[in-house]
Amino acid sequence: MSEVRFSEDHEWVKLDGDVATIGITNHAQEQLGDVVFVELPAIGTTFSSGDEAGVIESVKAASELMTPVSGEVVETNGTLEDEPGKVNEDAEGEAWFIKVKVSDAGEFAKLMDADAYKAFCD
Amino acid sequence: MASQSTLKTPLFDLHVSLGARMVPFAGYEMPVQYKPGIIAEHKHTRAKCGLFDVSHMGQAFLIGPDHATVSKALEALVPAEIAGLDEGSQRYTQLTNPQGGILDDLMVTRLAGDDEDGSLFLVVNAACKHADYAWIREHLPHGIHLEEQPDQALLALQGPASESVMAQHCPEAAAMKFMDSGPMLFDGIEVNVSRSGYTGEDGYEISVANDKAVELAETLLAHEETEAIGLGARDSLRLEAGLCLYGHDIDETTSPVEAGLLWSIGKRRREQGGFIGADRILREIAEKPSRRRVGIKPLGRAPAREGTEIMSKSGEKIGVITSGGFGPTVNGPVAMGYVSAQNAKPGTELDLMVRGKPQPAIIEKLPFVPNNFKR
Repeated sequence: MSEVRFSEDHEWVKLDGDVATIGITNHAQEQLGDVVFVELPAIGTTFSSGDEAGVIESVKAASELMTPVSGEVVETNGTLEDEPGKVNEDAEGEAWFIKVKVSDAGEFAKLMDADAYKAFCD
Repeated sequence: MASQSTLKTPLFDLHVSLGARMVPFAGYEMPVQYKPGIIAEHKHTRAKCGLFDVSHMGQAFLIGPDHATVSKALEALVPAEIAGLDEGSQRYTQLTNPQGGILDDLMVTRLAGDDEDGSLFLVVNAACKHADYAWIREHLPHGIHLEEQPDQALLALQGPASESVMAQHCPEAAAMKFMDSGPMLFDGIEVNVSRSGYTGEDGYEISVANDKAVELAETLLAHEETEAIGLGARDSLRLEAGLCLYGHDIDETTSPVEAGLLWSIGKRRREQGGFIGADRILREIAEKPSRRRVGIKPLGRAPAREGTEIMSKSGEKIGVITSGGFGPTVNGPVAMGYVSAQNAKPGTELDLMVRGKPQPAIIEKLPFVPNNFKR
């Protein structure tokens, strides 16, 4: 079974083999409120952990999608650009943002597990 | 933040019990949104009706011996026609500075009835109220005084169902027209009602004693048509309606003429002047201003926020966005800003520099959503 971990910037990362699926947490979407715009990176872009990989705008403000792991973008969820409201409906499921082929598995291991993330938010 | 703690309106506990997210705004703890969220609250207001707590705004009476005297005193500070204001009528205007900029925008009501002759009721912005009061007092002639009303709350009921909801508690309100105002009873509670608001929809603003505000709010919220609406939706509603937000779309540097508020300057005032800042304002009326506030519709999906640079298609900077975000009724981004006068025509194509990249946009006539006032 694939494992899900969480970043302090409120992203979730699910690792399947060497491909990480990245989205924002349910907590993050609640804080943002209604998401009205999503900008995704081009496939093939390489990011280091902590880089800004996308833009998320709610009615009130703009924020960034930070990638918690380094690697190359292999897939993006284009549905979000047409239906940004999906982020509010299913942040930790269908509304994933990007898939990254990770270059350093050690970064994933350092992220928080579900219990640690829950404690971090409280 | 200032050193003093944030203030609470009489409805604070009610907001919290309704699940509001409270944020500091103009020195007050105010609800930015409730559980349904900004988009749902915005759409509900346009479809049925929404209740807004605007008790943070400043309410005051300007009191003199008679209307002629008190209106003359206020006319020295604002460009609107106040002398000719009918009893029981409200008017939008601005406090102007000597440079012809705007210190605040406000509503002025001439109260109805012989007992009230010589009293004007002012509603000013929360963030400006103390400075406004000081400015007004500094300029008042002998015999006229300003009386602040800190014991009054202010609620706004906005949206097409407002009339039917109000009429069940305050039958007189149903017959009012846009910008009418008067004292009434709401289920026996003394209120002052005006048919106005800041959403572009029909509706009312209700001034009520602080200790009766919760009762009045709960009565209105008990109607299934009514939902509590936060400041987030108030902002997107007024932006779609093309209405200025003080400190953003208008400020001490922008004149009422540049801001497209010429309609609020009376004919006699344009001819005679006699208000602070008249030199610039009358000159701009005669010679046309060099920049204008316009509606701007980004053609993509990305919102353009306040501060975004506006470029001509030839790449020259021609202005800046002063309000921008997502318009739930428009179902896309909407914005307002100032551009040089030669670029201000509706239909003009331009670029907005969003995150360093030019995004195509077009100048659009305001409002983005037609006003729905009861004329």
